[in-house]
Amino acid sequence: MCDTCGCNITHGNENFIKPGGKLHKTESGKEAVTVLHNLLDENDHTAMHNRDHFDQHNVLAINLMSSPGAGKTALLEATIQQLDKNLRIAVIEGDLETENDAERIRKHGVKAIQISTGSACHLDAHMIHQALHNLDLKEFDIIFIENVGNLVCPASFDLGQHLNVTLLSVPEGDDKPAKYPVMFRASDFVLISKSDLLPILDDFKPERARKYFQDIASTAPILELSSKDKSGMSEWLAWINQQIKTRKDYLKEHPLSSHSHSHTHGHVHTHSHEHTHDHVHKHV
Amino acid sequence: MHELAICQALINQLETIATERNAQNISLIVVGIGPLSGVEAQLLKNAYPIASTGTVAENAEIVIQQLPVKVKCNECGCESETKPNKLICKNCGNWRTTLISGDELILLSVELETADSQSGLASKANTGLH
Repeated sequence: MCDTCGCNITHGNENFIKPGGKLHKTESGKEAVTVLHNLLDENDHTAMHNRDHFDQHNVLAINLMSSPGAGKTALLEATIQQLDKNLRIAVIEGDLETENDAERIRKHGVKAIQISTGSACHLDAHMIHQALHNLDLKEFDIIFIENVGNLVCPASFDLGQHLNVTLLSVPEGDDKPAKYPVMFRASDFVLISKSDLLPILDDFKPERARKYFQDIASTAPILELSSKDKSGMSEWLAWINQQIKTRKDYLKEHPLSSHSHSHTHGHVHTHSHEHTHDHVHKHV
Repeated sequence: MHELAICQALINQLETIATERNAQNISLIVVGIGPLSGVEAQLLKNAYPIASTGTVAENAEIVIQQLPVKVKCNECGCESETKPNKLICKNCGNWRTTLISGDELILLSVELETADSQSGLASKANTGLH
């Protein structure tokens, strides 16, 4: 991801990616150049700027990811209804087509920006950056980004969020973490959604799901939750409140001037998605 | 199919490198991909001709180096090569591990044809050195 600090090179992969020489001529007379750039440098750079924007306004940004129909919008609706009324919420909605989800959110009196991705299967940092032009961040405490329903593509793109929350709904089956390790590894918090269906769809074993999360070395807390019968909601709301507090405390201890990235510095330390994940865990 | 979007990001980087080094053509690019990057090597290869059309990298050969998934155990310190959905320590079975290889998505190197290298070839040809 960078050619200066080598932060993507570990002793585990250096034998594979270590350069043979910074710059040399090949036998054919062509010039071979060692690059070592993360392919998503540009996205990650914008993501970092988005994160700085959020931090400048003390806004916590949570990226919600899941397969289509796992209950992201229903979760947001239940959250809006029950979350502390003093907390000002905005939602960025990502869908291939329609404003349906944004309209559902707006019915609760909450600002919602719809991003229509067309054929794109994921949100990226540039789309979020555009959406932020339509949001006055000083009016909000928490931004939920509802990513495109997809267990594959969104995992590769850092948006500038502070935390990833992944929903695994009961009808999907408990082995999804084993099938989609990239997505579920990126989670900071996992919700087993539609938990009210557990008695009916009894082939979903929460304990088995937890085992699959251990297999991908995930340390994220896992909570069974139903937006319908509201079980698990109080724990979810408590987690959100805790995260807002943790972020605010962190920003108090690390004022933005000391951790915000200038353009040059930012380039050197462009974070991959996984770095961001680590970053959040270390400092929040 | 986010591979096309990633391929377009790759082309942007290649164009920047070509401009910086005043290259007329890019003949070879080497990309390193780990299975936990979420990118399929073959799909990236398939997307490449579409994304590169009309660019300086249009005729480049794309070589993909697949990187292994390796974890280091947080308990016993053992390093083991494993599968993307089995990131547990092969030595002690502990699941608290740290990934040390396998989530890379990196442009490793490129081979450029510059005016210099072209004239180099030409001068070699002129002196009969091949």
